[in-house]
Amino acid sequence: MRAYAIETAAVADAEVRKLMRDPTELMSRAVQPVLWLAIFGQVFSQVRGIPTGSLRYLDFMAPGILAQSILFSAIFYGISVIWERDLGIVHKILVTPAHRSALVLGKAIAAGLRGLVQAVVVYGVAVATDVDIQWTPAGVLTVVLAVVLGSCIFSTFSLVIACIVKTRERFMGIGQVLTMPLFFASNAIYPLDLMPGWLRTIALANPLTYLVDVLRGAMIVGGASVHAWTTSFAVLLGVFLALLALAAHLYPGLAR
Amino acid sequence: MSASAELFAIATSGLSKRFDQLKALDALDLGVARGIIFGLLGPNGAGKSTAIKILTTLLDASAGSAQVAGFDVANEPVEVRRRIGYVPQLLSADGALTATENLNLSARLYGLRGAERVARVRDALTFAGLDEVADKLVRTYSGGMIRRLEIAQATLHGPEVLFLDEPTSGLDPVARHTVWDRLLELRRSRGMTILITTHDMEEADVLCDELAILHRGRLAAIGSPAALKAQVGPDADLEDVFAHFSGAVMDQGGRFRDIRESRGTLQRLG
Ligand SMILES: Nc1ncnc2c1ncn2[C@@H]1O[C@H](COP(=O)(O)OP(=O)(O)O)[C@@H](O)[C@H]1O
Ligand SMILES: [Mg+2]
Repeated sequence: MRAYAIETAAVADAEVRKLMRDPTELMSRAVQPVLWLAIFGQVFSQVRGIPTGSLRYLDFMAPGILAQSILFSAIFYGISVIWERDLGIVHKILVTPAHRSALVLGKAIAAGLRGLVQAVVVYGVAVATDVDIQWTPAGVLTVVLAVVLGSCIFSTFSLVIACIVKTRERFMGIGQVLTMPLFFASNAIYPLDLMPGWLRTIALANPLTYLVDVLRGAMIVGGASVHAWTTSFAVLLGVFLALLALAAHLYPGLAR
Repeated sequence: MSASAELFAIATSGLSKRFDQLKALDALDLGVARGIIFGLLGPNGAGKSTAIKILTTLLDASAGSAQVAGFDVANEPVEVRRRIGYVPQLLSADGALTATENLNLSARLYGLRGAERVARVRDALTFAGLDEVADKLVRTYSGGMIRRLEIAQATLHGPEVLFLDEPTSGLDPVARHTVWDRLLELRRSRGMTILITTHDMEEADVLCDELAILHRGRLAAIGSPAALKAQVGPDADLEDVFAHFSGAVMDQGGRFRDIRESRGTLQRLG
């Protein structure tokens, strides 16, 4: 499987190079978490409208905002794939003998690295707004793993959507329609206990919920995860592998 | 390898493709001898790109079969992919990467490693005449430079068969000639079989050893440029041949989608 690893690394390498040449893109994605933490978080902390146990609301929501920023930046990964299709880049890649899943995995890994950049930004904002960050090695390492895996999931999900809709216009529409429910039908900014039963059921099937749950325990002093980390990581990994298989199956259709 | 596979780099039998009601390719029987430059001619919408996409394993045929470099495109696509290069009709070089980075990506995906990869990439840059600008972003290149890069990128693994879909459309005359030079060199020095689509008769005349004219998905004529001209009349040129067999004057007809696809793509990198 050495060939598979080389192919994956080749795609990831090219993607990361392109990413590093586009700092405005990275920066513009940083604006949203600033607004959420610095404004929404501050106001809701004052109101005390959402019961979050012993945690301050700001500490409660910071992991949710990290997860959100990962979701929002990864979900538009599909746009770049559609762009590559409108040129002929996808065609050129697909006539090589490389494994289709390696091509897709390479993109996911690049998205994972980009998610880490996003995490650094959110940590910066969190520190500035006095969120009580847990700086233990185990905590930080867990956050790193969760951020990479979460970015892989949502970027690959985005790729699957791109392979289905194939045009930029339709993708933009669908991207909006999907990200908002994913975000609100999760535990990102309020606890699951507050939700009506039907919504809680949806939230429990939403991978974002497991990502936020891991982050909440790992990132914040005094934060607690509802599910065991092994459970959440197993769920996230399972979702990613399923999406990867689906994306590898659909990706060649982009060249038709 | 069967006898026909030794003789033919590309062989199709009853190759067909439908898009809903439209027969984009209709029972195409084709044999392309090894080591020649073969031109697939036809007006916009004739089915040229569809044929190339099937032969390069990007698209599944609706009926019929095709062998490329001795392997079946439907049943042994990976074996076919190892032995072919493809320059799409659209721009395939990545404008946000340098020439070196573009070449390295392809080289790795074709399984080239270590010192061999480095050497092949270096040779490819020289072949494309891009040594000086190897580390500049491709989006700063001219159309001709990009096309040469794409040809280098599609051949750095030493394919037996190279497919090019309208490689010179949108290029100025000087750039066109440098592309032709590269293709003639690939045939001469490496014995590569080259299949090129075009609706440019000068290009067909200068470059191709053999031509096929497609019309609405069907093979309308096949033969050497000289033989085809002789069929049409004593003083016929290729324009006459084309008009005779495709029932169309060049650059006329074709649906909007086809015209949009074949024009202006070279400006896309901005
Ligand atoms: N993906 C597709 N879906 C539907 N129709 C298509 C598709 N691709 C090509 N066609 C149609 O098939 C016909 C042949 O197209 P194409 O092979 O691109 O022609 P050419 O390359 O000779 O201009 C055209 O009528 C075109 O509109
Ligand atoms: Mg075409």
